[in-house]
Amino acid sequence: MADKLHVDIVTVEGRRYRGDADFVLAPGSEGELGVLPRHVPLLTPLAPGTVKVRNDGEELFFFVGGGFLEVRPDQVTVLADAAERAEDIDEARAEEARRRAESLLQQKLSDADQAAASASLARAEARLRLAELRRRRRV
Amino acid sequence: MAASKLRRVQARAEAARPYADRMAEVLTEVASRSTGTRNPFLTRRDVKKRLMILVSADRGLAGGLNVNAFRAALGYIRQGPDTVLVTIGRKGRDYFRRLGVSIIADVSQTGDRPELKDILPAITVARDEYLNGNIDQIALLHTHFVSVAKQEPRVSILVPVEVPERKEGVRVDYLYEPEPEEVLASLLPRYVEAQVYAAVLDNLASFYAAQMIAMRNATDNAGELITDLTLLRNKVRQATITKELSEIVGGAEALAAG
Repeated sequence: MADKLHVDIVTVEGRRYRGDADFVLAPGSEGELGVLPRHVPLLTPLAPGTVKVRNDGEELFFFVGGGFLEVRPDQVTVLADAAERAEDIDEARAEEARRRAESLLQQKLSDADQAAASASLARAEARLRLAELRRRRRV
Repeated sequence: MAASKLRRVQARAEAARPYADRMAEVLTEVASRSTGTRNPFLTRRDVKKRLMILVSADRGLAGGLNVNAFRAALGYIRQGPDTVLVTIGRKGRDYFRRLGVSIIADVSQTGDRPELKDILPAITVARDEYLNGNIDQIALLHTHFVSVAKQEPRVSILVPVEVPERKEGVRVDYLYEPEPEEVLASLLPRYVEAQVYAAVLDNLASFYAAQMIAMRNATDNAGELITDLTLLRNKVRQATITKELSEIVGGAEALAAG
């Protein structure tokens, strides 16, 4: 059997995906991160964005709202704050969240509120980008 | 009713396991790499003021569940430095408000399918109090589900975080990006959140189990009461009939004699 990665995408509310993969692309806090089998063990926080899982030429896309990526030579675990399959994204809700965050950012905010609004904006934009990508690629 | 809800919440608690387990493993690894850390979540300080996150049910009719939890909470509050509360659940909030204990935040009515984001505000308040230095320790109280027949209140220290013991197995020497210290800093708040979320689910399972037992007891008691009352009714009726009969017979005899 060829080398495969065992992929687990879990959130505090439950497992979102489990399966094999040839390649995983994740939005690391320090930049996009591609993982192939036999990767060196690695631990990094994740930014809101898209996790791509490729297996036998098939690609799956997941939104993650931030979290952690744990890599071992034969295993990738995404400890996500929130995770959704691309086709489960609620675009209307994400659009609404983006508008709300943007209008909040127009106002004068405390540092904590500012950070919360920016984070919420980043999540909404990541969701919308993935939904857009899905429409174009029909995945 | 309560039985099917119990099954559902147990399934949710089960679903939360993989994340919690993995988180604990990773935390153990990272913490072992950043010994001598100055991360406030891992630093013990003199406890002058404490905060307790009190998880209780939103509703009653669950036997001694809430009362037992409150007794445990009172025991904790009365021994040791000042304690302020953050309550998750209506019963605990109402009880301790009547007692005049200071409650600085409350999240109630999270329903039978609580999500992390529902309880996050309570955790955030507690965490900020700790990081601002207003309190020196965060405790967590909830009722642990042992079995359908047994649930027991549990107090645990949430912050400073007790790093879980390393399990048997090979150590993993991770590459950290960025530095271990920074990874640790974003790992710890999430670890704390996962603990509280697990406690809320555990408490909910205890609530449904206690409610089930309470209802069964109520049904049994009502059954006994019905049996007793039916018996009493029959006796009274018999007595009345006997009395009336003897009056009629007595009257008839008196007439015949006359």
